[in-house]
Amino acid sequence: MTRLCRAAAIGWLLVWTAFPAGAEPPYITVASTTSTEQSGLFGFLLPAFTKTTGIEVRVVAVGTGQALKIGERGDCDVVFVHDRPAELAFVGHGFGIDRREVMYNDFILVGPASDPAHVDGGNDIVAAFRKVAAAKAPFVARGDDSGTSKAELRFWKEAGLDPKTMGTGWYRDTGSGMGPTLNTAAAMDGYTLSDRGTWLNFKNRQNLKIVVQGDRRLFNQYGVMLVNPARYPSVKQELSYKFINWLTSLAGQKTIADYKIDGEQLFFPDAKPATG
Amino acid sequence: MHDMTDALVAAWQLVLSGNSTLLGIVWLSLSISLTAVFFASCIGLPLGAALAIARFPGRNAAVVVMNALMGLPPVVVGLVVYLALSRSGPLGSLGLLFTPAAMVMAQVVLVMPIVAAIARQIVEDLWREYAELYLFDGVGRVRTICSLLWLGRLSLITAVLAGTGRAVAEVGAILIVGGNIAGVTRTMTTAIALETSRGDLALALGLGIILLTLIFAINGTAHVAGQAVRRAAA
Repeated sequence: MTRLCRAAAIGWLLVWTAFPAGAEPPYITVASTTSTEQSGLFGFLLPAFTKTTGIEVRVVAVGTGQALKIGERGDCDVVFVHDRPAELAFVGHGFGIDRREVMYNDFILVGPASDPAHVDGGNDIVAAFRKVAAAKAPFVARGDDSGTSKAELRFWKEAGLDPKTMGTGWYRDTGSGMGPTLNTAAAMDGYTLSDRGTWLNFKNRQNLKIVVQGDRRLFNQYGVMLVNPARYPSVKQELSYKFINWLTSLAGQKTIADYKIDGEQLFFPDAKPATG
Repeated sequence: MHDMTDALVAAWQLVLSGNSTLLGIVWLSLSISLTAVFFASCIGLPLGAALAIARFPGRNAAVVVMNALMGLPPVVVGLVVYLALSRSGPLGSLGLLFTPAAMVMAQVVLVMPIVAAIARQIVEDLWREYAELYLFDGVGRVRTICSLLWLGRLSLITAVLAGTGRAVAEVGAILIVGGNIAGVTRTMTTAIALETSRGDLALALGLGIILLTLIFAINGTAHVAGQAVRRAAA
């Protein structure tokens, strides 16, 4: 028994030392959104980058709000999110530098095939929101400070409505990521705003389908920026710039455009020169 | 029922394919949790035994606190460890956030009270029985603790197993401090959470079945080992 204990102890000490050891490849940590991870884009894009540069990219996929918070605390090197006003504030407060736009996709309104609010086939998102509220049809909201959540709240505001004060439990705030919110909407035959990428890669659709798309206001811009190295010297500036430059380069942009699910392109590259 | 069959098929396909990603995830889960249990036991067993034989004012309060800490919510532990390891936190310079080492730390905090509290109960019962012998022989405290732990070793396996169960099954703490990074900090439980959120319920449940099988295997091994020792002692 003593020998057994000792053997086990030595074994686990070996494992313990094996963790940080080994010639680790150079890597950067990127805080990004669930939409880029869950749509499968990163699984396609990052290996291509690692292949050309030998730099590993470690992605922490959370909501845009939380991703920016991780950057604010200096816990990642690069932030790659989709909420333009919040990103500009992040750069404005000196947490990040060198923000660049990388790509866009669009939001869609997803709803049950039975369509109790009669919004199917529309292309005016604000009008659709008004109809859903008028019908008091179940609406499942992210409520997690993500880019999608902020966009949804903007549409309610444009519709001149405050769903949280409209009672009777039709507006349901899940406080969770896009996938869990879609799971909830599928289970309760509700409407929800989703990014197209997560929807295309989502497998538990049940009765859900796209009911509203194609409104210009549904445009969803993604931006990338470096966490301010002047504030956090731990930021891997050189490696991170290689990543940012690659994303906005011809090769990176083409790889983004090449990512398709069932022949459908998910993200549209639109990199411009540096903006901040 | 249909979902269950899909999950079983998914689990089988995963296992049969010998998928290297899956093997990596399983290996990482076990490494992290068992390392955490090892450190938690190194601290928790002596601590529980010490509290069992100690007599000091406020001892009852200490026992209550230790028992209560068995119910530490993993998310809270994860958050506290996250804030401590963050670049803006007191241990930020170590650069441990979003690494397996951070996940081990969080799990040590979660598991240690469980091991300590159960060990305290087991050792206290032994102490009640043998206290006079130890006191009569004038054995020192440290040797008494070692001796009592040795005496109760077979029952103490339960304490360690309870801790292992907690470590292998929890998701809240390691999700926050590990970040669920593919290939680096993605474990069985965080992978299940991810697949659920992607709506791939069959794959999520399939991973769950594999995790359960592993937990059964660990407990089975411990049981068989315990019986072998008991037989050798008889």
